[in-house]
Amino acid sequence: MIKTDVVIIGAGPTGLFCAHQLGIIGLKCEIVDNLDKIGGQCIELYPDKPIYDIPAVPKCTGEELTNNLIKQIKPFNFNFHLSDRVQKLKNENNKWLVKTLNGKEFETPNIVIAGGVGSFEPRKFPTKSAEKYDGKSVLYSIKDKTIFKDKSVVIFGGGDSALDWAIELSNSSKVTLVHRRDEFRGAPASVQKIKELSDNKTIDLITKYSIKDVKGNGSIESVEIKSESGESKVIKADYVLGFFGLIMQLGPIAEWGLNLDKKTIPVNTENFETNKKGIFAIGDICTYPGKLKLILSGFHEGALAARGCFKYARPDEKYRFEFTTASSTIKDRLGVKE
Amino acid sequence: MAKIKYIEFNGTEHEADVANGLSVMEGAIQNDIPGIDADCGGGMSCATCHVYINDDEWFKKLPEKEMGEDDMLDQAFEPKSNSRLSCQLIVSDDLDGLTVHMPEKQV
Repeated sequence: MIKTDVVIIGAGPTGLFCAHQLGIIGLKCEIVDNLDKIGGQCIELYPDKPIYDIPAVPKCTGEELTNNLIKQIKPFNFNFHLSDRVQKLKNENNKWLVKTLNGKEFETPNIVIAGGVGSFEPRKFPTKSAEKYDGKSVLYSIKDKTIFKDKSVVIFGGGDSALDWAIELSNSSKVTLVHRRDEFRGAPASVQKIKELSDNKTIDLITKYSIKDVKGNGSIESVEIKSESGESKVIKADYVLGFFGLIMQLGPIAEWGLNLDKKTIPVNTENFETNKKGIFAIGDICTYPGKLKLILSGFHEGALAARGCFKYARPDEKYRFEFTTASSTIKDRLGVKE
Repeated sequence: MAKIKYIEFNGTEHEADVANGLSVMEGAIQNDIPGIDADCGGGMSCATCHVYINDDEWFKKLPEKEMGEDDMLDQAFEPKSNSRLSCQLIVSDDLDGLTVHMPEKQV
Protein backbone atom coordinates (compact mmCIF):
# COMPACT_ATOMS: atom_id res chain seq x y z
CA MET A 1 0.00 0.00 0.00
CA ILE A 2 1.45 3.33 -1.12
CA LYS A 3 0.34 6.34 0.95
CA THR A 4 0.33 9.63 -0.93
CA ASP A 5 -1.36 13.02 -1.02
CA VAL A 6 -2.81 12.67 -4.51
CA VAL A 7 -3.27 9.96 -7.14
CA ILE A 8 -3.43 11.44 -10.64
CA ILE A 9 -5.18 9.34 -13.27
CA GLY A 10 -3.74 10.22 -16.67
CA ALA A 11 -0.24 11.29 -17.68
CA GLY A 12 -1.25 13.68 -20.46
CA PRO A 13 -0.26 17.37 -20.39
CA THR A 14 -3.03 18.27 -17.92
CA GLY A 15 -2.08 15.52 -15.45
CA LEU A 16 1.61 16.39 -15.75
CA PHE A 17 1.11 20.08 -15.09
CA CYS A 18 -1.21 19.34 -12.17
CA ALA A 19 1.63 17.22 -10.74
CA HIS A 20 3.91 20.22 -11.14
CA GLN A 21 1.49 22.43 -9.24
CA LEU A 22 1.22 19.81 -6.47
CA GLY A 23 5.01 19.70 -6.22
CA ILE A 24 5.19 23.48 -6.01
CA ILE A 25 2.80 23.59 -3.05
CA GLY A 26 4.60 20.74 -1.30
CA LEU A 27 2.33 17.77 -1.97
CA LYS A 28 3.30 14.29 -3.19
CA CYS A 29 1.54 12.41 -5.95
CA GLU A 30 1.54 9.13 -7.86
CA ILE A 31 0.60 9.13 -11.54
CA VAL A 32 -1.18 6.20 -13.23
CA ASP A 33 -1.69 5.84 -17.00
CA ASN A 34 -2.80 2.89 -19.06
CA LEU A 35 -0.51 3.73 -21.98
CA ASP A 36 3.06 2.43 -21.83
CA LYS A 37 4.44 5.96 -22.16
CA ILE A 38 3.95 9.43 -20.72
CA GLY A 39 2.07 12.07 -22.72
CA GLY A 40 -1.52 10.94 -23.28
CA GLN A 41 -3.22 12.02 -26.51
CA CYS A 42 -0.26 14.30 -27.30
CA ILE A 43 2.05 11.34 -27.64
CA GLU A 44 -0.44 8.73 -28.85
CA LEU A 45 -2.42 10.73 -31.40
CA TYR A 46 -0.21 13.57 -32.57
CA PRO A 47 3.45 13.31 -31.45
CA ASP A 48 4.63 15.02 -34.67
CA LYS A 49 1.77 17.46 -35.23
CA PRO A 50 2.58 21.06 -34.30
CA ILE A 51 0.51 22.78 -31.60
CA TYR A 52 0.20 26.57 -31.97
CA ASP A 53 -1.78 27.62 -28.91
CA ILE A 54 0.38 26.96 -25.88
CA PRO A 55 0.89 30.39 -24.28
CA ALA A 56 4.39 31.78 -24.94
CA VAL A 57 5.29 28.76 -27.09
CA PRO A 58 4.56 29.78 -30.70
CA LYS A 59 4.93 26.24 -32.01
CA CYS A 60 5.75 22.83 -30.56
CA THR A 61 4.89 19.21 -31.27
CA GLY A 62 3.00 16.90 -28.92
CA GLU A 63 6.25 15.13 -28.19
CA GLU A 64 8.16 18.34 -27.42
CA LEU A 65 5.41 19.56 -25.13
CA THR A 66 5.43 16.23 -23.28
CA ASN A 67 9.21 16.20 -22.92
CA ASN A 68 9.22 19.73 -21.54
CA LEU A 69 6.50 18.93 -19.02
CA ILE A 70 8.43 15.85 -17.89
CA LYS A 71 11.52 18.05 -17.46
CA GLN A 72 9.50 20.59 -15.50
CA ILE A 73 8.35 18.03 -12.89
CA LYS A 74 11.65 16.17 -12.69
CA PRO A 75 12.76 17.91 -9.44
CA PHE A 76 9.83 16.34 -7.59
CA ASN A 77 10.71 12.71 -8.48
CA PHE A 78 7.09 11.59 -8.70
CA ASN A 79 6.38 7.95 -9.51
CA PHE A 80 4.70 6.92 -12.75
CA HIS A 81 2.71 3.71 -12.97
CA LEU A 82 2.42 3.10 -16.71
CA SER A 83 0.55 0.32 -18.57
CA ASP A 84 -1.76 0.21 -15.58
CA ARG A 85 -5.27 1.44 -14.95
CA VAL A 86 -7.12 2.53 -11.83
CA GLN A 87 -9.87 -0.01 -11.47
CA LYS A 88 -11.57 0.34 -8.09
CA LEU A 89 -12.11 3.14 -5.57
CA LYS A 90 -13.36 2.74 -2.02
CA ASN A 91 -13.85 5.44 0.58
CA GLU A 92 -12.77 4.66 4.13
CA ASN A 93 -12.50 7.28 6.92
CA ASN A 94 -12.24 10.14 4.42
CA LYS A 95 -9.43 8.40 2.52
CA TRP A 96 -9.71 6.85 -0.89
CA LEU A 97 -8.39 3.34 -1.32
CA VAL A 98 -7.34 2.96 -4.93
CA LYS A 99 -6.72 -0.38 -6.67
CA THR A 100 -5.17 -0.80 -10.09
CA LEU A 101 -5.53 -3.52 -12.70
CA ASN A 102 -1.99 -4.72 -11.95
CA GLY A 103 -2.79 -5.01 -8.24
CA LYS A 104 -1.16 -1.82 -6.96
CA GLU A 105 -2.87 -0.13 -4.00
CA PHE A 106 -2.81 3.48 -2.90
CA GLU A 107 -4.25 5.30 0.10
CA THR A 108 -4.91 8.97 -0.58
CA PRO A 109 -7.25 11.80 0.43
CA ASN A 110 -7.33 13.07 -3.17
CA ILE A 111 -7.78 11.68 -6.66
CA VAL A 112 -7.38 13.88 -9.72
CA ILE A 113 -8.93 12.44 -12.87
CA ALA A 114 -7.05 13.85 -15.85
CA GLY A 115 -8.13 11.05 -18.11
CA GLY A 116 -8.74 12.87 -21.40
CA VAL A 117 -11.63 11.08 -23.03
CA GLY A 118 -10.87 7.81 -21.32
CA SER A 119 -8.31 5.10 -21.76
CA PHE A 120 -6.94 3.98 -25.09
CA GLU A 121 -7.93 0.48 -26.17
CA PRO A 122 -7.52 -1.28 -29.49
CA ARG A 123 -10.52 -1.11 -31.80
CA LYS A 124 -11.88 -4.62 -32.23
CA PHE A 125 -13.57 -6.43 -35.12
CA PRO A 126 -17.26 -5.53 -35.43
CA THR A 127 -18.01 -9.21 -36.05
CA LYS A 128 -19.74 -10.97 -33.14
CA SER A 129 -18.19 -14.32 -34.05
CA ALA A 130 -14.69 -12.89 -33.45
CA GLU A 131 -15.44 -12.27 -29.77
CA LYS A 132 -15.24 -15.86 -28.57
CA TYR A 133 -11.69 -16.20 -29.96
CA ASP A 134 -10.58 -12.85 -28.53
CA GLY A 135 -7.17 -13.15 -26.89
CA LYS A 136 -6.66 -16.70 -28.18
CA SER A 137 -6.61 -16.69 -31.97
CA VAL A 138 -8.14 -13.26 -32.64
CA LEU A 139 -5.52 -10.76 -31.50
CA TYR A 140 -5.13 -6.97 -31.50
CA SER A 141 -1.53 -6.87 -30.30
CA ILE A 142 1.35 -9.32 -30.41
CA LYS A 143 3.32 -10.37 -27.37
CA ASP A 144 4.97 -13.55 -28.64
CA LYS A 145 5.51 -13.81 -32.38
CA THR A 146 6.78 -17.41 -32.22
CA ILE A 147 3.19 -18.72 -31.91
CA PHE A 148 2.64 -17.82 -35.59
CA LYS A 149 5.46 -20.01 -36.96
CA ASP A 150 4.25 -22.10 -39.93
CA LYS A 151 0.66 -20.95 -39.33
CA SER A 152 -1.82 -19.16 -41.59
CA VAL A 153 -2.21 -15.60 -40.36
CA VAL A 154 -4.77 -13.14 -41.73
CA ILE A 155 -3.97 -9.52 -40.89
CA PHE A 156 -6.51 -6.69 -41.21
CA GLY A 157 -5.57 -3.00 -41.39
CA GLY A 158 -3.65 -0.45 -43.43
CA GLY A 159 -1.44 1.37 -40.94
CA ASP A 160 2.10 0.79 -39.75
CA SER A 161 1.20 -1.96 -37.25
CA ALA A 162 -0.59 -4.01 -39.90
CA LEU A 163 2.15 -3.51 -42.51
CA ASP A 164 5.08 -4.06 -40.13
CA TRP A 165 3.62 -7.31 -38.79
CA ALA A 166 2.69 -8.52 -42.28
CA ILE A 167 6.31 -7.99 -43.36
CA GLU A 168 7.78 -9.50 -40.20
CA LEU A 169 5.54 -12.57 -40.09
CA SER A 170 5.90 -13.28 -43.81
CA ASN A 171 9.31 -14.82 -43.01
CA SER A 172 7.84 -17.74 -41.11
CA SER A 173 4.06 -17.75 -41.65
CA LYS A 174 1.55 -17.80 -44.46
CA VAL A 175 0.38 -14.19 -44.40
CA THR A 176 -2.73 -12.64 -45.96
CA LEU A 177 -3.14 -8.87 -45.59
CA VAL A 178 -6.67 -7.50 -45.98
CA HIS A 179 -7.43 -3.78 -46.16
CA ARG A 180 -10.61 -1.85 -46.92
CA ARG A 181 -9.08 0.34 -49.65
CA ASP A 182 -6.13 0.44 -52.07
CA GLU A 183 -4.19 3.12 -50.22
CA PHE A 184 -2.26 2.45 -47.04
CA ARG A 185 -1.45 4.95 -44.33
CA GLY A 186 1.79 3.26 -43.25
CA ALA A 187 5.31 4.54 -43.90
CA PRO A 188 6.09 4.72 -47.65
CA ALA A 189 8.98 2.22 -47.32
CA SER A 190 6.66 -0.33 -45.70
CA VAL A 191 3.99 0.18 -48.35
CA GLN A 192 6.65 -0.39 -51.03
CA LYS A 193 7.85 -3.55 -49.28
CA ILE A 194 4.29 -4.91 -49.01
CA LYS A 195 3.80 -4.38 -52.75
CA GLU A 196 7.03 -6.27 -53.48
CA LEU A 197 6.04 -9.14 -51.19
CA SER A 198 2.67 -9.26 -52.89
CA ASP A 199 4.18 -9.18 -56.41
CA ASN A 200 6.50 -12.08 -55.65
CA LYS A 201 3.64 -13.99 -53.98
CA THR A 202 5.25 -14.10 -50.53
CA ILE A 203 2.07 -12.65 -49.09
CA ASP A 204 -1.51 -12.49 -50.34
CA LEU A 205 -2.70 -8.91 -50.52
CA ILE A 206 -6.46 -8.38 -50.71
CA THR A 207 -7.82 -4.83 -50.83
CA LYS A 208 -11.35 -3.44 -50.79
CA TYR A 209 -12.47 -6.23 -48.50
CA SER A 210 -13.36 -6.28 -44.83
CA ILE A 211 -14.15 -8.99 -42.28
CA LYS A 212 -17.52 -10.73 -42.44
CA ASP A 213 -17.29 -13.78 -40.23
CA VAL A 214 -14.87 -15.94 -38.28
CA LYS A 215 -15.47 -19.66 -38.56
CA GLY A 216 -14.19 -22.48 -36.46
CA ASN A 217 -14.95 -25.20 -34.04
CA GLY A 218 -13.12 -24.63 -30.78
CA SER A 219 -10.27 -23.02 -32.68
CA ILE A 220 -10.40 -20.81 -35.75
CA GLU A 221 -10.43 -22.55 -39.13
CA SER A 222 -11.17 -19.75 -41.55
CA VAL A 223 -12.20 -16.15 -41.93
CA GLU A 224 -14.79 -14.91 -44.41
CA ILE A 225 -14.28 -11.50 -45.97
CA LYS A 226 -16.66 -9.34 -47.97
CA SER A 227 -16.43 -6.56 -50.50
CA GLU A 228 -18.85 -3.65 -50.50
CA SER A 229 -20.58 -4.98 -53.59
CA GLY A 230 -21.36 -8.19 -51.74
CA GLU A 231 -18.73 -10.63 -53.01
CA SER A 232 -17.21 -12.83 -50.36
CA LYS A 233 -14.14 -15.03 -49.98
CA VAL A 234 -13.12 -17.59 -47.40
CA ILE A 235 -9.48 -17.73 -46.30
CA LYS A 236 -7.94 -20.48 -44.21
CA ALA A 237 -6.71 -18.99 -40.94
CA ASP A 238 -5.14 -20.15 -37.71
CA TYR A 239 -4.83 -16.59 -36.40
CA VAL A 240 -6.67 -13.38 -37.24
CA LEU A 241 -5.00 -10.09 -36.34
CA GLY A 242 -6.74 -6.69 -36.37
CA PHE A 243 -4.86 -3.37 -36.36
CA PHE A 244 -7.43 -0.57 -36.57
CA GLY A 245 -5.82 1.91 -34.21
CA LEU A 246 -7.01 2.86 -30.77
CA ILE A 247 -10.35 4.01 -29.46
CA MET A 248 -10.99 5.82 -26.22
CA GLN A 249 -13.24 4.24 -23.61
CA LEU A 250 -14.31 5.79 -20.33
CA GLY A 251 -13.83 2.36 -18.72
CA PRO A 252 -14.03 1.95 -14.93
CA ILE A 253 -14.38 5.74 -14.34
CA ALA A 254 -18.06 5.30 -15.22
CA GLU A 255 -18.53 2.99 -12.22
CA TRP A 256 -17.34 5.26 -9.41
CA GLY A 257 -20.63 7.00 -8.73
CA LEU A 258 -19.56 10.28 -10.33
CA ASN A 259 -22.12 12.47 -12.03
CA LEU A 260 -21.64 12.11 -15.78
CA ASP A 261 -22.75 14.26 -18.69
CA LYS A 262 -22.32 12.04 -21.76
CA LYS A 263 -18.66 11.05 -21.41
CA THR A 264 -17.60 14.02 -19.26
CA ILE A 265 -17.65 14.78 -15.54
CA PRO A 266 -19.30 17.99 -14.28
CA VAL A 267 -17.13 19.95 -11.82
CA ASN A 268 -17.33 23.22 -9.94
CA THR A 269 -14.91 25.77 -11.29
CA GLU A 270 -13.60 26.89 -7.91
CA ASN A 271 -11.44 23.80 -7.37
CA PHE A 272 -12.58 21.31 -10.04
CA GLU A 273 -14.01 18.92 -7.49
CA THR A 274 -16.67 16.48 -8.69
CA ASN A 275 -19.79 15.43 -6.78
CA LYS A 276 -17.52 13.16 -4.69
CA LYS A 277 -15.44 14.77 -1.96
CA GLY A 278 -11.73 14.48 -2.75
CA ILE A 279 -12.23 13.47 -6.39
CA PHE A 280 -11.31 16.18 -8.87
CA ALA A 281 -11.57 16.16 -12.67
CA ILE A 282 -9.50 18.32 -15.03
CA GLY A 283 -8.72 18.55 -18.74
CA ASP A 284 -10.84 17.11 -21.54
CA ILE A 285 -12.77 14.83 -19.19
CA CYS A 286 -14.32 17.63 -17.10
CA THR A 287 -17.17 19.88 -18.10
CA TYR A 288 -18.61 23.19 -16.88
CA PRO A 289 -20.28 26.16 -18.54
CA GLY A 290 -17.88 27.60 -21.11
CA LYS A 291 -15.48 24.62 -21.06
CA LEU A 292 -12.85 24.68 -23.80
CA LYS A 293 -10.98 21.49 -24.65
CA LEU A 294 -7.64 23.26 -24.85
CA ILE A 295 -4.36 22.23 -23.24
CA LEU A 296 -4.04 25.70 -21.69
CA SER A 297 -7.45 25.30 -20.01
CA GLY A 298 -6.23 21.98 -18.60
CA PHE A 299 -3.21 23.75 -17.09
CA HIS A 300 -5.43 26.28 -15.34
CA GLU A 301 -7.77 23.56 -14.10
CA GLY A 302 -4.83 21.55 -12.75
CA ALA A 303 -3.46 24.54 -10.84
CA LEU A 304 -6.79 25.11 -9.08
CA ALA A 305 -7.40 21.39 -8.43
CA ALA A 306 -3.96 21.17 -6.78
CA ARG A 307 -5.00 23.88 -4.27
CA GLY A 308 -8.25 21.95 -3.75
CA CYS A 309 -6.20 18.85 -2.88
CA PHE A 310 -4.15 20.81 -0.32
CA LYS A 311 -7.20 21.27 1.92
CA TYR A 312 -7.70 17.50 2.34
CA ALA A 313 -4.02 16.53 2.35
CA ARG A 314 -3.02 19.10 5.01
CA PRO A 315 -6.24 19.73 6.97
CA ASP A 316 -4.37 21.41 9.82
CA GLU A 317 -2.37 23.80 7.66
CA LYS A 318 -3.45 26.93 5.90
CA TYR A 319 -2.54 27.17 2.22
CA ARG A 320 -0.45 30.25 1.52
CA PHE A 321 -0.20 31.62 -2.01
CA GLU A 322 3.38 32.19 -3.20
CA PHE A 323 5.10 33.12 -6.45
CA THR A 324 7.84 30.86 -7.83
CA THR A 325 9.93 33.96 -8.53
CA ALA A 326 10.02 35.01 -4.90
CA SER A 327 9.49 32.01 -2.63
CA SER A 328 12.58 30.39 -1.15
CA THR A 329 10.44 27.40 -0.04
CA ILE A 330 9.41 26.76 -3.64
CA LYS A 331 12.98 27.16 -4.85
CA ASP A 332 14.05 24.54 -2.30
CA ARG A 333 11.35 22.19 -3.60
CA LEU A 334 12.59 22.75 -7.14
CA GLY A 335 16.19 22.23 -6.03
CA VAL A 336 17.16 25.62 -7.45
CA LYS A 337 20.46 27.01 -6.23
CA GLU A 338 21.10 30.72 -6.48
CA MET B 1 -27.85 28.02 -43.20
CA ALA B 2 -28.61 24.47 -44.26
CA LYS B 3 -31.18 21.92 -43.22
CA ILE B 4 -29.33 18.70 -42.41
CA LYS B 5 -31.04 15.40 -41.78
CA TYR B 6 -29.33 12.96 -39.41
CA ILE B 7 -30.60 9.37 -39.40
CA GLU B 8 -29.61 7.09 -36.55
CA PHE B 9 -28.76 3.44 -37.17
CA ASN B 10 -32.16 2.44 -35.75
CA GLY B 11 -33.88 4.67 -38.30
CA THR B 12 -34.75 7.59 -36.00
CA GLU B 13 -34.61 10.81 -38.00
CA HIS B 14 -33.51 14.22 -36.73
CA GLU B 15 -33.49 17.47 -38.65
CA ALA B 16 -31.47 20.52 -37.71
CA ASP B 17 -30.90 23.98 -39.14
CA VAL B 18 -27.14 24.35 -39.02
CA ALA B 19 -25.46 27.72 -39.45
CA ASN B 20 -22.92 28.20 -42.22
CA GLY B 21 -19.36 27.67 -41.05
CA LEU B 22 -20.19 25.01 -38.49
CA SER B 23 -19.41 21.39 -39.27
CA VAL B 24 -22.07 18.74 -39.74
CA MET B 25 -20.61 17.18 -36.55
CA GLU B 26 -21.12 20.42 -34.57
CA GLY B 27 -24.68 20.62 -35.90
CA ALA B 28 -25.38 17.24 -34.29
CA ILE B 29 -23.63 18.00 -31.00
CA GLN B 30 -25.27 21.41 -30.55
CA ASN B 31 -28.70 19.95 -31.19
CA ASP B 32 -28.16 16.93 -28.89
CA ILE B 33 -28.58 14.50 -31.75
CA PRO B 34 -27.31 11.07 -30.65
CA GLY B 35 -25.07 8.84 -32.74
CA ILE B 36 -22.09 11.17 -33.19
CA ASP B 37 -19.53 11.16 -30.36
CA ALA B 38 -16.76 13.49 -31.63
CA ASP B 39 -14.32 12.52 -28.88
CA CYS B 40 -11.51 14.73 -30.15
CA GLY B 41 -13.74 17.77 -30.64
CA GLY B 42 -13.22 18.12 -34.40
CA GLY B 43 -9.49 17.75 -34.84
CA MET B 44 -9.57 14.80 -37.24
CA SER B 45 -7.73 12.88 -34.50
CA CYS B 46 -10.34 10.22 -33.77
CA ALA B 47 -12.99 8.56 -35.90
CA THR B 48 -16.05 8.97 -33.73
CA CYS B 49 -18.02 11.43 -35.88
CA HIS B 50 -18.22 8.89 -38.70
CA VAL B 51 -21.25 9.07 -41.03
CA TYR B 52 -22.35 7.48 -44.31
CA ILE B 53 -23.58 9.53 -47.25
CA ASN B 54 -25.94 7.04 -48.85
CA ASP B 55 -27.01 9.28 -51.72
CA ASP B 56 -24.30 8.97 -54.36
CA GLU B 57 -25.13 12.37 -55.91
CA TRP B 58 -24.63 14.04 -52.56
CA PHE B 59 -21.43 12.10 -51.88
CA LYS B 60 -19.91 13.42 -55.12
CA LYS B 61 -21.11 16.95 -54.42
CA LEU B 62 -19.36 17.19 -51.04
CA PRO B 63 -15.92 18.81 -50.80
CA GLU B 64 -13.23 16.19 -51.38
CA LYS B 65 -11.53 14.48 -48.48
CA GLU B 66 -8.39 16.15 -47.27
CA MET B 67 -5.26 14.17 -46.63
CA GLY B 68 -5.66 12.21 -43.45
CA GLU B 69 -9.43 11.78 -43.47
CA ASP B 70 -9.29 8.35 -45.10
CA ASP B 71 -6.48 7.37 -42.72
CA MET B 72 -8.74 8.18 -39.78
CA LEU B 73 -11.67 6.41 -41.46
CA ASP B 74 -9.56 3.22 -41.58
CA GLN B 75 -9.87 3.31 -37.81
CA ALA B 76 -13.65 3.89 -37.73
CA PHE B 77 -16.34 1.33 -36.99
CA GLU B 78 -17.31 -0.36 -40.29
CA PRO B 79 -16.03 2.21 -42.78
CA LYS B 80 -17.34 2.03 -46.34
CA SER B 81 -16.52 3.87 -49.56
CA ASN B 82 -19.28 6.40 -48.79
CA SER B 83 -17.93 7.13 -45.30
CA ARG B 84 -17.02 10.65 -44.18
CA LEU B 85 -15.96 12.27 -40.95
CA SER B 86 -18.72 14.76 -40.19
CA CYS B 87 -16.25 17.17 -38.55
CA GLN B 88 -14.75 17.70 -42.00
CA LEU B 89 -18.04 18.64 -43.66
CA ILE B 90 -18.36 22.40 -43.27
CA VAL B 91 -21.89 23.67 -43.67
CA SER B 92 -22.78 26.21 -46.35
CA ASP B 93 -25.98 26.93 -48.28
CA ASP B 94 -24.80 24.26 -50.73
CA LEU B 95 -25.33 21.56 -48.11
CA ASP B 96 -29.02 22.41 -47.66
CA GLY B 97 -30.93 19.13 -47.80
CA LEU B 98 -27.99 16.83 -47.01
CA THR B 99 -28.82 13.56 -45.29
CA VAL B 100 -26.22 11.66 -43.27
CA HIS B 101 -26.63 8.17 -41.81
CA MET B 102 -24.95 7.24 -38.55
CA PRO B 103 -23.18 3.88 -38.16
CA GLU B 104 -24.32 1.28 -35.61
CA LYS B 105 -21.83 2.73 -33.15
CA GLN B 106 -18.83 5.05 -33.05
CA VAL B 107 -16.52 3.21 -30.64
